[in-house]
Amino acid sequence: MSSGPAAPVPAPPRRPFFLLRGRFWVASLPWAWLLLFFLLPFVLIVNVSLSTPDLAVPPYVSPFSQPQAEGRPVFPPAFNPDLGSYRRLGDEVADLARPGAELQYLRAFGNSLLLAALTTLCCLLVGYPFAWHIARSAEGTRNTLLMLVMLPFWTSFLLRVYAWMGLLDSSESGLINQALLALGLIDAPLQLLYNSGAVLIGMVYSYLPFMVLPLYANLVKLDMRLLEAARDLGARPWTAFVSITLPLSWRGIVAGSMMVFIPAVGEFVIPDLLGGGGVLMIGRRIWDDFGPNQDWPMAAAVAVVMVLLLIVPIMVFHRHGGRGDGAGEAGP
Amino acid sequence: MTRAATLERRWGARAWLLLVYAFLYVPILCLVVFSFTAGEITTQLDGLSLRWYAALRHDDELGAAVRLSLQVGALAATAAVVVGTAAAVVLARFRPGAGSGVFAAMATAPMVMPEVVVGLSLVLLFTHPMLQPVLGGRGVAAIWAAHTTLCAAYVSVLVQSRLREMDRALEEAALDLGCPPWKVFFVITVPVIAPALVAGWLLAFTLSMDDFVLAAMLSDPGSTTLPVLVFARLHHGLKPEINALATVIVVVVSIAVLVANRVMQRAQRRRRAAMHAALRG
Repeated sequence: MSSGPAAPVPAPPRRPFFLLRGRFWVASLPWAWLLLFFLLPFVLIVNVSLSTPDLAVPPYVSPFSQPQAEGRPVFPPAFNPDLGSYRRLGDEVADLARPGAELQYLRAFGNSLLLAALTTLCCLLVGYPFAWHIARSAEGTRNTLLMLVMLPFWTSFLLRVYAWMGLLDSSESGLINQALLALGLIDAPLQLLYNSGAVLIGMVYSYLPFMVLPLYANLVKLDMRLLEAARDLGARPWTAFVSITLPLSWRGIVAGSMMVFIPAVGEFVIPDLLGGGGVLMIGRRIWDDFGPNQDWPMAAAVAVVMVLLLIVPIMVFHRHGGRGDGAGEAGP
Repeated sequence: MTRAATLERRWGARAWLLLVYAFLYVPILCLVVFSFTAGEITTQLDGLSLRWYAALRHDDELGAAVRLSLQVGALAATAAVVVGTAAAVVLARFRPGAGSGVFAAMATAPMVMPEVVVGLSLVLLFTHPMLQPVLGGRGVAAIWAAHTTLCAAYVSVLVQSRLREMDRALEEAALDLGCPPWKVFFVITVPVIAPALVAGWLLAFTLSMDDFVLAAMLSDPGSTTLPVLVFARLHHGLKPEINALATVIVVVVSIAVLVANRVMQRAQRRRRAAMHAALRG
């Protein structure tokens, strides 16, 4: 038996089998977690967006629910979607041309996209030269400079927004107003708080690190000899920037922009604290429909539309930034 | 380029850096300064005092919220490191198979998805009539699960980049010598990626401590975390007590970041020296 051809063979197949089983268990934990806490909730959002609002707990009637009259549950249950929430959004689109239409959701979408785009642009304009100068500074100081960018990010986000409430306060005791009044530049306090400008400042302030870090990670790898070569060949700084630096840092720009733009569209806290009642944004609409209005189907429908609007930027982020060379630098 | 132009440029760079750092730090500095006011107004220095720090110390509601936030943060960070590391191993080490595209997308999506959407979707999960008895409805456990999901995405990105840059030869050598894969992971891989695990834990902890939207949507009356409490107070009139709280947080975080940074740099230097010595034989 010991001389049989089968004797030496059993050893090798054991490891792949063991590995396979081990792999299955390793993969099953994050798979199960993400299916339960990420994918299933999304299916539920779609389901609730097709539900009828109701004065119950939870406040909706699922499209799969059985009519009360029928005694025994049927399987599979009938699917009766209520498109009412989407119809409200559709009606606003149809009302677009009519003057004087209220358009609260559409305006909220428009405002959010516009403010998020402006925030991204400002972060890019402030952050690009900033990240560039950090990347070009001496190796020893770089670490310190980066840490100084990260530090505000580690302290409470709410309290940083609160700081701007004090700075922008529209009364005489607002810090910026105090300074301007003391300098004699203005006679009466400016209305700085509770408008779109205040929201924009708050968002640029809060999201700037998310732009700077991917850009820095990208720019620090840039080969400076390329720029020297361009200069030696007579290229002006601007030409060198447009034809060398910009294309090479494109990935960083895309990753940073998506890191800023996508969360900014759905931002709730900043417009709530700095925007006052006048600044409609989609994150607040969802919050209001979910909270005070108790219209969960509407909140869910708006969320579904928002995700559909953001699906392209999210895909772009996933392809360009999600692989660790940009976002991964968010750590210390 | 002339020397004057280079000099001018260097000063331009310094000025820009200074300006942006001022933009980042002046608001925080204002918070700190006005925490020492003796008056009631958050933007006026009516004499100096520590009365708001005393008020902070005797604020039981705040104390409870801080304790809850610390607990949820520590538990969520620990769970996020486990889930996120497993996800990172799947993404960085396993051969892509069926569904790996979906998995990769799901693993990073919570990072960029608007928080309001994630929050709403999780509320629907936890209040679903069929799932509520199993998951226990809204409350501390729901907040923990939500924070774990969010933070695991960050951890997985951090750990993945570490896994990809580490030397595979170490793992392969151990496997060739007959070490079972789970042991290879714990004895070889974990020590090598430890800095990423620590960084991931700290990042997850701060994210959880800092999160308002998810915690507010998923909280029930018994589960008020610090940000939920602070947000409520920001709506009910401002008091310099919040400035005092901000100052405490800024000081604690600054010290923690400085220490963590110092420790990590030292560990890195030591590892580099050890590698150097090993390679020279």
